[in-house]
Amino acid sequence: MTATHESAAGLGEIDTDPAALHPITITVNGTTHRLAVEGRRLLVDVLRQDLRLTGTHTGCDQGVCGVCTVRLNGATVRSCITLAVQADGAEVRTIEGVAPDARTLHPIQQAFWEKQGLQCGFCTPGMVLRVQEILEQNPCPTRAQVREGISSNLCRCTGYQFIVDATVEAAERMAEGS
Amino acid sequence: MSQTTDSHADVPAPMAPHKDMKWIGKSVKRVEDPKLLRGLGRYIDDVVLPGMLHAAVLRSPHAHARIVSVDAERARRAPGVVAVLTGPEAAEQFGPLPDSGPAPDKHVWRVLAADKVHYVGEGVAVVVAENRYQAEDARTLIDVTYDVLEPVVDPIAAAEDTGNLVHEALGTNVAYERTFTFGDVAHDFADADLVVRDRLRWGRQTAHPLDTTAAIGDYDAGTGEMVVHTNSISMTWLAFGAAVALGIPSNKLDLRPYISGGSFGSKQFCWRSTVTAAMMSKITGRPVKYVEDRLDHQLNGDQHGSDRYYDVELALMRDGTFRSLKIDCVDDYGAYIQFGVGSHGNALAQVTGPYRITSTEYRVRAVLTNKTQQGAYRGFGADAGNWALERIVDKAAAELGLDPADIRRRNLIPPDAFPYHIPSGNMYDSGNYEPVLDHALQRFDYDGWRRKQEAMRAEGRKIGIGVVTANERSVYGATEFWFWFDDKDVPVKTTSTPEGVSMTVDTVGAVTVTLYSTPFWGNSSDTVAAMLAAEEFDVDPADVSVVHHGTKGGLPAAGPGGSRLTVMLAGAITGASKKIKDKLRRIAAHDMEVDEADLEWVDGGYQVRGAEDSRRSIGDLAMLAYLVKTALPDGEESGLAADFVYDHPHLTMPKPDRSDLGSFYPCVGHACHLVAVEVDEETGSVDILDYVAVHDSGTLVNPRSYDGQIVGGTAQGVGTALAEEMTYDAAGNPLVGTFWDYLIPTALDVPEVNFGHEETPSPITAHGIKGGGEAGRLMAPGALSAAIDDALRDHGVRVTELPATPERIVGWIQGHRG
Repeated sequence: MTATHESAAGLGEIDTDPAALHPITITVNGTTHRLAVEGRRLLVDVLRQDLRLTGTHTGCDQGVCGVCTVRLNGATVRSCITLAVQADGAEVRTIEGVAPDARTLHPIQQAFWEKQGLQCGFCTPGMVLRVQEILEQNPCPTRAQVREGISSNLCRCTGYQFIVDATVEAAERMAEGS
Repeated sequence: MSQTTDSHADVPAPMAPHKDMKWIGKSVKRVEDPKLLRGLGRYIDDVVLPGMLHAAVLRSPHAHARIVSVDAERARRAPGVVAVLTGPEAAEQFGPLPDSGPAPDKHVWRVLAADKVHYVGEGVAVVVAENRYQAEDARTLIDVTYDVLEPVVDPIAAAEDTGNLVHEALGTNVAYERTFTFGDVAHDFADADLVVRDRLRWGRQTAHPLDTTAAIGDYDAGTGEMVVHTNSISMTWLAFGAAVALGIPSNKLDLRPYISGGSFGSKQFCWRSTVTAAMMSKITGRPVKYVEDRLDHQLNGDQHGSDRYYDVELALMRDGTFRSLKIDCVDDYGAYIQFGVGSHGNALAQVTGPYRITSTEYRVRAVLTNKTQQGAYRGFGADAGNWALERIVDKAAAELGLDPADIRRRNLIPPDAFPYHIPSGNMYDSGNYEPVLDHALQRFDYDGWRRKQEAMRAEGRKIGIGVVTANERSVYGATEFWFWFDDKDVPVKTTSTPEGVSMTVDTVGAVTVTLYSTPFWGNSSDTVAAMLAAEEFDVDPADVSVVHHGTKGGLPAAGPGGSRLTVMLAGAITGASKKIKDKLRRIAAHDMEVDEADLEWVDGGYQVRGAEDSRRSIGDLAMLAYLVKTALPDGEESGLAADFVYDHPHLTMPKPDRSDLGSFYPCVGHACHLVAVEVDEETGSVDILDYVAVHDSGTLVNPRSYDGQIVGGTAQGVGTALAEEMTYDAAGNPLVGTFWDYLIPTALDVPEVNFGHEETPSPITAHGIKGGGEAGRLMAPGALSAAIDDALRDHGVRVTELPATPERIVGWIQGHRG
């Protein structure tokens, strides 16, 4: 069976074989990958299992908790309810692509460390990516704006307060650095 | 009177807070964090072994049904499938899961249901395939024929029902029942001016760590060795229980610990995931990974919290002085009772809270129903216990027209009464409660808030203020697993929950600490260990290496639970460090040709007292210890290594008649939470306007981490109070399955906590540390309940059921409107 979908095709011509492989090209943290994936395969599974970028986690498998957050063409998405084929041609950034190098943390990561904006660390990759997006859109948010912004992502450990502290701290550092 | 003084002899007087320590008491950046911030945490699902298979569990759709047949032939032929094991097959090949409940042979708990399913979600078969997609595909091809039975859902009815049983062999749905009487309750009630009564309902909740429980079994058929990589190990010396279930020798099982994305109690033991992965590896001869998805975790993770129906009576005098307390509790345990009624031991450890109450009656009925069984959730029964006590105290204050802070103050145990034995027998090691209350009232500006409240209420706003003063027991003792039963019915009266560590100082003086229990559930085990070791050896915590050893060949260790980890690690690391430092002293004395007594440890080395120039650093001495045997005293072994197993700091035995349960949870902290809320009468929503939390957990090790625990625990308490609930319909169907309907608080739902500390060191632990990990969640539900009452006082509303959801609050308002 062909792996190509024709959008205007009649029902009989649509490929319904779940095992059929679809070629995709995704650029993750600057590296381009050409892959063949099942149509049902989730982006988070491709990132974690095929590319071994295990910093992106899954928490609820239903798009609620935000643990699986990655940035797709700049916007945060839930990779646990995003099909890998939907990311065809896209630029993806994961937590592994946030720090500038192996010795230096990104100012957001550094602020999370200093303010202890994490406990178990499981929501942290998604939270850091979300905070990065928030600060790109609003470099100097109020605490209330940070709370509203991160209410997309669940954290079961921290009660969020030190994440807010860390975000405000990161905003200040990034303002100084720019 | 059950208050005794006879066992005080070994309890030293409380010490003054430490101020001269190098690391302890400083907010140190955590050593765990850089890898977590980079996404390099290596949680269990990140681990891939060569040839690894993936398991999916078929779960029961029925609450109560007999399994007539399981036909897995179609599944076995499905693409990618390597093996399918059905419940009846598993029961033939593998033993029951380790169950510390009463009469485990009469409610046999298996990794897969064998003859009957006992709740929606119970596993009936496991499929193992090349990937999880294929395993889940094949799962749908298993045909199970059920004979559906009437479900047992209402625990009150089930307690009386002997016709419809969750487990026929038990002959009843009541797995355990006992009434304890501590002191002269009848006299104290007869003597009291009034008795306040309340009927309370603590709803079923669950910890829901974002990382579920998971394991990878890796069996070597050549050697018979089974390695299980897992994020849920507790009490390493009980790992033999899993070995028995798996049919392998205990010394061929190695449970290897991995960090986990949260536990909050829920990852205590978790035999099911370990045994699921391991048995399938034994069957297939390949590594098998089993990761609970959210639904597996919610329905079949053995994790639900207390589910209690309380009748509470408080006898007191007209001036507000408490006399006696009666508690009658029905607890809906679900289909099994893996930890017995240990969660009531947690409640009994501080049953009378911070108050002078001289007698207590406690009746517990543990009822089995067709629901997921209970596990542990932060507080493990003391959460509900604190709430029930604080609710009745608030009712008493209201009936007497006393300010809720005042009635508490007049009943607080005074500082000169410590160590203090409560009626159940448990000892509170130390405390100074009134400064905590004063600190909190001042931080909150209680009088100012009361004035502000009246002004806002005059505008028609429903503003309420709530206060709780409550305790946080820490460091559980093993007697609470068996003091429920008469001595003759207890085969082994276990008295320790030890925590072992190994330490080495290498050739150049670098320090390594090896831990043996589940390492990291978010609770900073590595940082705590590094700080404690750094304190001993005057090194930087960032330079201490922390290793996590598996159960095989390891020391006994229990890990986090009952707010014990920091206290126990402090005892163990202090002990192991002393052994090494004693050896360093002997080597230094020998090498310097001075008497050991003339040496002192100063800034990372030994020196002749007062003579800084004579100091030999840890690195100098380590070099001798490893490389220059001839420089060592006669009989001294080369190297610098020590094991230390720290046992419970203060445990006394229960009396044979159980009129006194002994001291079993002795490191007791205290807290005061104050909250102001606004309730919307139309929608029932609760807006938190101000929140103050002052805690006293003895000496703080890492204040920032501790504060994180308080804020995070308080947030969970907000969820407990206002939103989170595992609900079932009348047929036993769970009505909640996802985070869409099990409402974990978001950043918009929780307050900015204004926190403060008092420090009353423990007299019985290293450095005076007490545990504090559960403290936030132990306080918030009571404070919020009281604030809602106060906000809705015009309606006569009292919060008698949690969570106080918007729907319930509106219903209460309408009910009181008539």
